[in-house]
Amino acid sequence: MIEITDLTIKYNDTQILNHLNLNISKNETCAIIGPSGCGKTTLLYTIAGIRKATNGQIKINGEVLTTNRKETGVILQGYGLMPWKTVWDNASLGLRIRGVSKQEMNKQITAILSELDIYQHRNKYPSQLSGGQQQRVAIARALSIKPDLLLMDEPFSALDAITRESLQSLLIDLYHKMNITIVLVTHSIEEAVLLGKKIIIMHPSNGCVKRVIDNPHFGDHAFRNTTEFFQLCVEVRNEMEGLQEC
Amino acid sequence: MLKIYLLKYRTIYATLFVILAWYLLHLSIQSNIIPNPIRTIIVFFQLLQEDLLLHLLVSLGRIIVSVGIAVIIGTVTGLFLGMHEKYDIFFGPVIYLLYPLPKIAFLPVFMILFGLGNTSKIVLITTIILFQILVTTRDSVKGLSKEIFYSIRSLGATKWQVYQHVVIPAILPKLFTALRISVGTSISVLFFAENYATTYGIGYFIMDSWIRVDYIEMFAGIIAISLLGLFVFKMIDLLEKNSCKWALLEKNESQSLL
Repeated sequence: MIEITDLTIKYNDTQILNHLNLNISKNETCAIIGPSGCGKTTLLYTIAGIRKATNGQIKINGEVLTTNRKETGVILQGYGLMPWKTVWDNASLGLRIRGVSKQEMNKQITAILSELDIYQHRNKYPSQLSGGQQQRVAIARALSIKPDLLLMDEPFSALDAITRESLQSLLIDLYHKMNITIVLVTHSIEEAVLLGKKIIIMHPSNGCVKRVIDNPHFGDHAFRNTTEFFQLCVEVRNEMEGLQEC
Repeated sequence: MLKIYLLKYRTIYATLFVILAWYLLHLSIQSNIIPNPIRTIIVFFQLLQEDLLLHLLVSLGRIIVSVGIAVIIGTVTGLFLGMHEKYDIFFGPVIYLLYPLPKIAFLPVFMILFGLGNTSKIVLITTIILFQILVTTRDSVKGLSKEIFYSIRSLGATKWQVYQHVVIPAILPKLFTALRISVGTSISVLFFAENYATTYGIGYFIMDSWIRVDYIEMFAGIIAISLLGLFVFKMIDLLEKNSCKWALLEKNESQSLL
């Protein structure tokens, strides 16, 4: 679904991404992991079409990406909610921008807010919500446009452990239900192993992919408590620590 | 408990406080330059039935027109410069240079260019408050986080939708603050501007009473101008309450933490 070839991004003479190649198949989840400053967020923003490549190209469903796609849902770090809009207005913003009729919008937003269990908070402002609830609003906004590709930047990093685990499970459920491709950026090894069918380890300074690990156990709620999960975490950690040394 | 009562009845409390202070001043000075507040209030209501109301309305009209023009020009220019850095690099220093100039010193120029009537008065007030609104708007646009623009752009918003959903609602609370300061300034300038070539307006009324050494009427005029200011402030409060509910919620929250 996503074919990235020879992607290079420079910002003020700093090389952020360097001849990066990556393929992500349809209906796959892909976790990009790496230390801060490795360019993982830049990579995600470029796939979202909000940052331009210096060189190379990204094809999504065979089409070269030039600007943001209508069918890509994006959840930014810090949720990207508008503090001046209520939960309802935040969640429906994507549909409003696309000019969807009010009736259709009401139906869809009611459905998605109910599914994410935040319908009762629809008239509140983001500052009146907990971090987990704000994240649910961001998910609702991204899913309301019925995306085939969902991009997430550090989606659960600011949440407490219990909320994080319940939202991770929610994401797995949504993935099974909606058949979408998910690309998420994280710095948590456990999160990458839990949510990535494909785990992409970025090089800390070279701006390219160091290693791709396939994760056959993805998508199982019980996976978190199995020995395979811990083994895979150790493997990813070793790979990342090896990177720090070289 | 006292705090809640003071907040709830703040206008009444402030009025009583000012009248009491005024009365004490009246008693201690023992001169007709500070008249008895009660008598002044009675005269104020009598004058209101004559032509004081007309003077007030003329002044209110001048304030609304000049603030309106300043808000339109100031926000449009401020939004543009805030969003387009390459133009701001060029115009920013010019604005910086012009902002602290006492525009009132150019009154003779305005008088010759725009005549002695309403136009020069409105131009004077507008140029004085325009910069306040322009600079506030521009700086609050520049202070917006990159993330909020990424967020709206990731939803596929057009340029106008970015203004509609992000830039304008984000700067509104600061614009209201600038508006309050501007209205305060505009009333002072108005008082000055109504001292030439007019026989209507509350500034004229106060100066005229002064010249006639009628201090009670002069103070009745001061009551009128302060009520005018209060009225405009309350209107701004009302507008803010309806359009920036989110910012007021956040403000209350941070206040309750103090």
